Amino acid sequence: MIAETGHYALVLALALALIQSTVPILGARLRDGALMNVARSTALAQLLFVALSFAALVMLHVTSDFSVVNVFENSHSLKPLIYKITGVWGNHEGSMLLWVSILALFGGLVAGFGNNLPISLRAHVLAVQAWIASAFYLFILITSNPFLRIADPPIEGRDLNPVLQDIGLAVHPPMLYLGYVGFSISFSFAIAALIEGRIDAAWARWVRPWTLVAWIFLTLGIAMGSYWAYYELGWGGWWFWDPVENASLMPWPAGTALLHSALVMEKRNALKVWTILLSILTFSLSLLGTFLVRSGVLTSVHAFATDPTRGVFILLILCIFIGGGLTLYAWRASALKQGGLFAPISREGALVLNNLFLTTACATVFIGTLYPLALEVVTGDKISVGAPFFNLTFAPLFVPLMIAVPFGPMLAWKRGDLVAAAQRLLAAGVAALVAIAMLWAWTGGGSTLAPLAIGLAVFVIAGALSDLAERTGAFRTPFAIAARRARGLPRSTWGSAFAHAGVGVALIGIVCETTWNSEHIATMRPDDVAKVAGYDLKLDGLTQAQGPNFREMVAQFTVTLDGRRLAVMTPSKRNFTTRGSSTTEAALLTRGASQLYISLGELTGDGAIAVRIYHKPLVLLIWLGPILMAFGGLLSLSDRRLRVGAPKPAKAMRGLQAAE
Amino acid sequence: MTRKQRRLTIIGGSLAVLALAAGLVLNAMRDSIVFFSTPTMVAEKHVLPGRRFRLGGLVQPGTLKRGDNLAVTFEVADGGAKLPVAYTGLLPDLFREGQGVVAEGALDATGVFRADTVLAKHDETYMPKDVADALKKQGHWKDDYGAGANGSASRTAQGVVQGVKQ
Repeated sequence: MIAETGHYALVLALALALIQSTVPILGARLRDGALMNVARSTALAQLLFVALSFAALVMLHVTSDFSVVNVFENSHSLKPLIYKITGVWGNHEGSMLLWVSILALFGGLVAGFGNNLPISLRAHVLAVQAWIASAFYLFILITSNPFLRIADPPIEGRDLNPVLQDIGLAVHPPMLYLGYVGFSISFSFAIAALIEGRIDAAWARWVRPWTLVAWIFLTLGIAMGSYWAYYELGWGGWWFWDPVENASLMPWPAGTALLHSALVMEKRNALKVWTILLSILTFSLSLLGTFLVRSGVLTSVHAFATDPTRGVFILLILCIFIGGGLTLYAWRASALKQGGLFAPISREGALVLNNLFLTTACATVFIGTLYPLALEVVTGDKISVGAPFFNLTFAPLFVPLMIAVPFGPMLAWKRGDLVAAAQRLLAAGVAALVAIAMLWAWTGGGSTLAPLAIGLAVFVIAGALSDLAERTGAFRTPFAIAARRARGLPRSTWGSAFAHAGVGVALIGIVCETTWNSEHIATMRPDDVAKVAGYDLKLDGLTQAQGPNFREMVAQFTVTLDGRRLAVMTPSKRNFTTRGSSTTEAALLTRGASQLYISLGELTGDGAIAVRIYHKPLVLLIWLGPILMAFGGLLSLSDRRLRVGAPKPAKAMRGLQAAE
Repeated sequence: MTRKQRRLTIIGGSLAVLALAAGLVLNAMRDSIVFFSTPTMVAEKHVLPGRRFRLGGLVQPGTLKRGDNLAVTFEVADGGAKLPVAYTGLLPDLFREGQGVVAEGALDATGVFRADTVLAKHDETYMPKDVADALKKQGHWKDDYGAGANGSASRTAQGVVQGVKQ
């Protein structure tokens, strides 16, 4: 019954989405408020039904109803409860259901909290949102129904892929989808603006919080995925430039660019046409990511060609929305009025530069990810584009961007003074040079690049701090006054300082980890001692243990530093009987922001075991950076200027006036 | 500054950045792209020693030998030809004789493939996609892989029912 209820709820959601995608548009044409308001109620009802459908699938997984194909293929009655729940989206059908659930959630939020939107804009936005939803409901119902039954229910399920039986699966995909799908809102707003042929600074103010929410989740989702790969795969790597990773990364630079260009539009009424294009492109990249991961085209171009139903369906959705969006853009964008003027050296100019570098960096990832696919389709040659390509393209494009980051907030709108900005950044520059010199001396001139890159990161962090110091008058005025000013600063100023500093923090982590990482691979017997980065790791012994749905071999290491006993680390190797596969559970020991990392290899015949031990200096900063960025985004979001429904102070009206 | 000048500055700047990016991409493409081959393709094409490529195929059963200090040798076969591979380090979790493997490295002067990475990036059916494609193309595709190697993409409800009944 539960499966049929879930299936039926999904069909009803499709029906509601179809109403929502037509009636409000009709209402807007006829200027009929009642028809336009249909969008609101259908969006909320749609959310209700999708939630019901999703809850049904969760129930089926929790109760281990193996008469449902999806549960049979991905679950096992002995699996711990948490993995029964997370296993819902650990497979194709379930993850698509999560995708549409989040889409409906965002639609519902716009319907619920969009009371201050002009009614026709809201109707259009929700209608576009419903187009996307209808397409994906159809996709699920036709090609990927998670509620299909098996005629002869088996007694036991096939279990979830062991690599996915981890807490990372609980957090990473939902976060990532909240980011991916969240950009559908800015897309819908852009399409609505094009349909209405009207766009102003107020539009940017409504779009920005939604973009910011999506961006926060995407940032956390990517970082979480990277940390998950780091500890779960057992290779100590945290980013592999794998096509699946690239698919999740591409919307990030585009979304970051959108966030900044929407700022220009909100404050100065400029860059309108560009902001609209970026909104379309960002969501297009999210759709592309969904296509790459979900169509199987990455698994094999040939599998895609031999079993094309799913792939072609998503490709069709992709073409309709991206092609349609861009066509509408080409047709209507010229109707949008041009905005305010600004000199190249100005806050706007700096943000244009930011957009330029971010979108170009995004384009290089796009080329590196799709070129092998295109080449294979055209010539049949198989190539792999790996880390070296991206290190030589993506990374160099970030260098000028990061040099420019601290200058941006220091420049005035409309016409800035580069020399004055440079003077205010003098302290940050000096800090960077000192950092470079100290590192250079400390490492004995080993690597040139690493101290320079860390100097750049220090410059970005110190630049963010000096912006705050500049605005509060710290060091120049008494502390009490500075503190009062600090409290009075807009939250968005704090937010951008945190986010910019986060970029620097992540860079420090990346550089330290890649440059001074030490690795030790060996076969060890009980009582052998491995020496890594000053630590002594003694293998005490190997034991066997039985888990809920796996057997594991646990190795126990005692870690000592200068003869002082620090901790016991227990890496293990798990063998999952149902799938006959094994996973490596690395053991991590955190010391400050650095980590010791042990993962096990196979047993050799004579009782020795192969082990891999890494010392990763400051590795945690790689993920602390994105957390800081997301926190900065959260601070910005809480800025009263963006708070939905808050009475706007009279001052804010200045932003709405034309710039000229 | 007039609107026209402003626009020219922006367009000029954009073109400069795009040119920079294009230069970087082309440069990186020249140096860091790795082709994929199977042992048969290696035998036919006479790959030069020292040229990096990715080798894919099945680990020939009975050829895996472990030496000292984690040195490993094994042969990779694709039904048509075989190629000896030498590697030092930990083999991935899913490395098995008779299963698919992808190794990256170059041939040495004696014709042994010196791998510096052995990839375990399999899908859930333990078959790297490049290997599955190449084997299918050459007609060495075995049905027991075929059932699942199209990934979840081809598994329909009926297929599963049949799979269970068998």
